[in-house]
Amino acid sequence: MEPLFAILVGLFFAAAIYLMLSKFSIRIMLGIAVLGNAVNLLLFTAGRLTREVPPIIAANLDTLPNGAANPLPQALILTAIVISFSFLAFLLVLTYRAYQDIGTDNTDEMRVAEPVDPPLPPMGY
Amino acid sequence: MAAPVSTITDLSAAMVTAPVPLANWLVIAPVALCITLGAALLMMRGSLRLQAQVAIPGLAGLVLLDAALLAKVVADGPLTMVMGRWLPPFGIAFTVDLFGALMALAAAIAALAGGLFALKDVTESGRRYGFFPFLLLLMAGVSGAFLTGDVFNLYVWFEVLLISSFGMLILGSERGQIDGAMKYAVLNLIGTTLFLISVGIVYAVFGTLNMADIAGKVESVRDTAPLMTLSALLLLAFAMKAAAFPVNFWLPASYHTPRIVVSALFAGLLTKVGVYALIRVMVMLLPIEREQLSLLIAAVGAATIVVGALGALAQDDIRKLLGYVVISGIGNMLVGIALGTPGGLSGAIFYALHSMVLMTALYLLAGQAAALAGGFSLTALGGLYRKSGGFAAFSFILFVAACGLPPFSGFWPKVILVRASIDVGAWWLAAAILIGGFLLTVVFGRVFLLAYWRPATAPQAAVSISWQAGLPLFILTAIVVAFGILPEQLLDMAQAAATGLIDPTAYLQSVFPDGGMP
Repeated sequence: MEPLFAILVGLFFAAAIYLMLSKFSIRIMLGIAVLGNAVNLLLFTAGRLTREVPPIIAANLDTLPNGAANPLPQALILTAIVISFSFLAFLLVLTYRAYQDIGTDNTDEMRVAEPVDPPLPPMGY
Repeated sequence: MAAPVSTITDLSAAMVTAPVPLANWLVIAPVALCITLGAALLMMRGSLRLQAQVAIPGLAGLVLLDAALLAKVVADGPLTMVMGRWLPPFGIAFTVDLFGALMALAAAIAALAGGLFALKDVTESGRRYGFFPFLLLLMAGVSGAFLTGDVFNLYVWFEVLLISSFGMLILGSERGQIDGAMKYAVLNLIGTTLFLISVGIVYAVFGTLNMADIAGKVESVRDTAPLMTLSALLLLAFAMKAAAFPVNFWLPASYHTPRIVVSALFAGLLTKVGVYALIRVMVMLLPIEREQLSLLIAAVGAATIVVGALGALAQDDIRKLLGYVVISGIGNMLVGIALGTPGGLSGAIFYALHSMVLMTALYLLAGQAAALAGGFSLTALGGLYRKSGGFAAFSFILFVAACGLPPFSGFWPKVILVRASIDVGAWWLAAAILIGGFLLTVVFGRVFLLAYWRPATAPQAAVSISWQAGLPLFILTAIVVAFGILPEQLLDMAQAAATGLIDPTAYLQSVFPDGGMP
């Protein structure tokens, strides 16, 4: 199961990086969404993928049964999902506002803060 | 149905059974104060006067708490408190050592200065957008990052400070701010995502997220674990946060767009959190890997110093110019990390503390200069010396400190770093630091010449400096002067902090008092 998921994670990362290399802000946002999920999937896979072994410590034991999935990475993912969701929501609104205000979604043309030809400081007194 | 099994579990194996000593609550107090006040201020969004009346005493309280924490750490060594009374490494531990306490105190002072300046600078609409709640939540994130002893928790604090910084960056929703925020937000989010990936690898390799536990286990897994991959990922993630040279472009793209007090806070606090994390992780947790990567870090640091200084030389807008000065300073700290010797590290720590205070002061100064002379452009500025001689004197002190010239606080860390570089034979690092200092001297010399000595181009209305602007500038300048003239105490503390990072026995002892690690 893990090798399959590892390949899937690799595909997710490849797609995310490809999308984030785009000039268009909406594709970058899609790339960030995929990237967040790629990381979550990576953590999930790293925490062992097993079926039919619930992570419950039996009454007479001190440790989890062998092969049970580690619950901690799943807790990490829960936190990471919430964070990446809220960030994505913020970024989507920001992208929309940028499109409205600057009038373009091409990052090459977003030059309000950094004009193409910034003035040089005075050369003489 | 089976009868319920009644077993008496021995909780002392997993939980702290003794009550937490009152003094240990200090470890969590800065974060708790900021979060509570931040939440309270959110509820007071409507009452604009009340917001400032709560936020300023709150920030002053934060300075006092951090000072008390520092005094306690100096007296007793590292302190640990574990959330939910679980024994480490099961509970999330907050561990504060000298390094973290010093950084937290410097950050609190910078935030208090920013808060005071904002009384005048952030107008009604800015307060309605929630400047003060964001400031308190930002400080919660920054303090949390400095005080936590858990790698995943560090990631969470990074996100807390990042989302608050987004809010502060777009305060006012001007076109330039939205443009800058796009670049800032996307690149910083990618940086923290890289950090999250490495946190996953940390857990896979060590089976723990507690920093002290990792530091104790790193020797036993070094032969089999992909620690080099992990270190490279962490280095990239934190270098992005710290704005080191090849990944620094988000900083000059965004730092000049928000209100000047927001720029001041960002320049003082945010990049230093990246440097802090880099030192904490690379020096304390992965020392051998840092050694192997030291040439790369040194090259990046030297390039950052020179590129930052050259960038500053080419700017007309003082805010952009100062953005490049921030970058140049980050290079100096990276050189200290690359050296890794007690001397190099204490230089980096001293420089980080100095830079937090100084960069905040310089941006506030730029804001006041713009208020006096009307604009941020070096072409238009002029006549500041005639307008206010006292203001020019403060500016001169801060400029000299930023160039790294004696007798102010910028001088000592550079002396230590140059000395440490020459001690290990890295003459080119010493040369980069000195060239960077020389270029910055040219930069600030020109700013003083053009904006202060040159007569004003157009007659301007007289503006007086309000106490809201004068007081924070006075406090910050006083700190810069004091630690320039009497550096011994801070030097000793930076030295002790560096030694505590290179040999973290006391840190480990504080988390695992019995010496036994699971």
